[in-house]
Amino acid sequence: MTDRMVETTAPPIAVFRGGWHNAAVIAVALVLSLPVLVVLGHVFVPSDDVWRHLVETVLADYVINTLLLMVGVAVGTFIGGVGCAWLASMCSFPGRGIFEWALLLPMALPAYIIAYTYTGMLDFAGPVQGGLRVVFGWGYGDYWFPEIRSLGGAVIMLSLVLYPYVYLLARAAFLNQSICVLDVSRTLGNGPWRTFLTVALPLARPAIVAGMSLALMETIADYGTVQYFGVPTFTTGIFRTWYGLNNAAAASQLSAVLLVFVIALIALERGSRARARFHHTTERHQDIRRIELSGWKAAAAFLFCFFAVFFGFLLPAGQLAWWSFVVAGEQIDARFAGLVWHSLQLGVIAAFLSVLLALFLGYGRRLARSRGVRAAVHLAGMGYAVPGTVIAVGVIIPFAWLDNTVDAFLRANFGISTGLILSGTLAALVFAYLVRFLAVSLQTVNAGLDRIRPSLDEAGRSLGLHPGEVVRRIHVPILKGSLLTAFLLVFVDVLKELPATLILRPFNFNTLAVRAYEMASEERLADAGPAALAIVLAGILPVILLSRSITKTRGTRP
Amino acid sequence: MTRQLDITDVAIAYGSAPVVRGLSLSLDKGAIGCLLGPSGCGKTSLLRAIAGFEPVTEGEIRLAGTIVSRPGETLAPEARNVGMVFQDFALFPHLSAFDNIAFGLRRWSAAERRERVGELLDLIGLAGAADAFPHELSGGQQQRVALARAMAPRPRILLLDEPFSNIDTELREQLAGEVRAVLKRDAVTAILVTHDQFEAFAIADIVGVMAEGRLRQWDDPYGLYHRPADRFVADFIGEGAMIAGKVVDRAHVETEIGVISGGLPPSLVSAGTQLSVLLRPDDIIHDESSPEQFPVVARAFRGSQYLYTLRLPSGAEIYCRAHCHHDHEPGEPIGVRLDVRHLTVFAEG
Repeated sequence: MTDRMVETTAPPIAVFRGGWHNAAVIAVALVLSLPVLVVLGHVFVPSDDVWRHLVETVLADYVINTLLLMVGVAVGTFIGGVGCAWLASMCSFPGRGIFEWALLLPMALPAYIIAYTYTGMLDFAGPVQGGLRVVFGWGYGDYWFPEIRSLGGAVIMLSLVLYPYVYLLARAAFLNQSICVLDVSRTLGNGPWRTFLTVALPLARPAIVAGMSLALMETIADYGTVQYFGVPTFTTGIFRTWYGLNNAAAASQLSAVLLVFVIALIALERGSRARARFHHTTERHQDIRRIELSGWKAAAAFLFCFFAVFFGFLLPAGQLAWWSFVVAGEQIDARFAGLVWHSLQLGVIAAFLSVLLALFLGYGRRLARSRGVRAAVHLAGMGYAVPGTVIAVGVIIPFAWLDNTVDAFLRANFGISTGLILSGTLAALVFAYLVRFLAVSLQTVNAGLDRIRPSLDEAGRSLGLHPGEVVRRIHVPILKGSLLTAFLLVFVDVLKELPATLILRPFNFNTLAVRAYEMASEERLADAGPAALAIVLAGILPVILLSRSITKTRGTRP
Repeated sequence: MTRQLDITDVAIAYGSAPVVRGLSLSLDKGAIGCLLGPSGCGKTSLLRAIAGFEPVTEGEIRLAGTIVSRPGETLAPEARNVGMVFQDFALFPHLSAFDNIAFGLRRWSAAERRERVGELLDLIGLAGAADAFPHELSGGQQQRVALARAMAPRPRILLLDEPFSNIDTELREQLAGEVRAVLKRDAVTAILVTHDQFEAFAIADIVGVMAEGRLRQWDDPYGLYHRPADRFVADFIGEGAMIAGKVVDRAHVETEIGVISGGLPPSLVSAGTQLSVLLRPDDIIHDESSPEQFPVVARAFRGSQYLYTLRLPSGAEIYCRAHCHHDHEPGEPIGVRLDVRHLTVFAEG
């Protein structure tokens, strides 16, 4: 009997044994934060006169435009997101049940793609202005029409596709508010409107702020929209400095300034989320008694939500479908199949690695007693807030340095020139995707791991399972759904990603996003249709997942 | 009766902080034991050590005569054949009630497995819920599935960690009775951990009171209540008051309420020794005709009875139960007489 004894300190189950696991977790986290560290490190590298030139000429424009964009999108997503959330969760009117999930649909559209569709519809040659000219007999210059390719236009485009972030978090906050609190307000003589303003809205404020911070992170990360609309912001400025002025140090310094915005947003989001947690006062949720709307109020509520879905999804998606239909014959060919293949390849590789890394870091966090490991995992998840442009700059600098060093060493000692091993390859691009989207998979995997309480491990052990069997028979079945979700979310994000792909792709390596961007840049908007539509169709997958999880009743069944 | 569990001089420590010290107890086959104590007393650590989740730093644990834990050697939990019911039930969310219960039976033949699970589902009254998933079951039903899952492989001992803490209070005592019936029908040796004495008394044959990592007393409920081993046990179990007394002779103690007779421990028999006397509410009878009258300080309505708190001339307070027809206002003196069946005394101080 005694020979079967083993020295164990029991669970949680250690998948990776030994202290080296902690060190490995910290190492992986550091490598993933390398791009940001490189960018920040360049603050101290002299960039000749380029930086002074930038400060004197365009920096003020970048700051002002970026700030105006943020203010505009903040207002737009607040009105759209909070308004829709209140109506769709707390009021009752025809179509509410459909809107509850349909309001998420605009998330499927990247901002640059919606910008292409509206430009196609609203510019001089488009159907709207053309129609006006035919109806009124106007000619060029006879009338005033708002210019879509402007700062205001960019604000509207970004708000249309980013309001769902605010909608999602505000909706959850409204539903989690104790109904009693709202009832108390009503019994104290406040009408529904006053109750909304004085009780529901302040209670949901942390969640709303968190949602707006996410929307604003996407806003400052946007490159495709502002570039297409000709609005000079930080992301377009980094591109220009990199390619136009060919100055890595100055591009990094611009990136570093942009990171200040990012850090402020992260702080805002984290702080708000921490406070938002306190609102889950009870596990028992009463059924919500929604406010019955009728007559013109119901019609207004319907129209408000309908416009959000129509202008945010139905109209642009319809335009893309029409373009694709028109150009299908000449555009859908072997070259298009090549684009799809490249996008799939990148998406699958990055998503697979991202899930693996998330599992590795997730188990590290689960097992770690040390603060260092937890902080490192946290750090690794920060990339989601960093614009793709900044990450690309932060990836290419160390990769190029490494390539040049290896090349110089080999040439000096062995007379072989290796050229660029890493920087011009898919490796650099996939690494950038991992940095940017690890948070997506990490969050999903961690949520899955958190559902496996330590007592489940112990229950398995006491029922005769070895540690390995616990992982196989308990962890894997419970985690399966989370892993699949994480894979899908990263896959779609990679498909949509534009600026990092533009900077880091190997020569002549095109993806769907790059194709849509190039066609639009050549003013061949209809030709951008098929590639853009393919991205949007893939983008609907995570929307379906999200809408299923928000309409599903609470339960732990995977 | 054979011994199913033997714990000898066990100590458990987290790092350098000892949580259990010098603890010994044993449990007969088929008996239900209970570890009772305030939170942080080490009772859960001891349970986890029996299960093999914590190593012991001193002493040894034997299951059915075999050593399973001693310093530096801990038999892995999966090799011990113990069943455990967790505070949060820890049902596998991806498996139905049937599959949860069958989880520990994977080396059994399919037919045996079906029979055993069916038998347990009948025993816990959930034969109709075999295909339900954990989240579709109520808290009480989840608790019974967790119990059946732990019992299924016929463990050498069943360990229950605060099994009723997630159950509504009004259901606890009823469930405790039901669990006891289920365990006795299957002749299971079990040990549970709780901080609720009524739960302990409802389910256990023998109860251990723990405090600060030590076992204060290992006794049946009657013994704990009427023959508490020390002041802590006397305080922790039931209601009671301590008043000062003086030994008259080896069978009598004089107090301010009167002389109490009963056996004294050998160390406290010399006349004149000052000591403390434990008075339970049922030791003091309300008697209108008694010359001993003390003012009411507080009263608590207990349905068929009032529990009165009375103040003695010295300032000490005692408890007295009275039929609810005897309704007295605070401040009013009422008559009492002593009826002490078990004299319990502790050395002064």
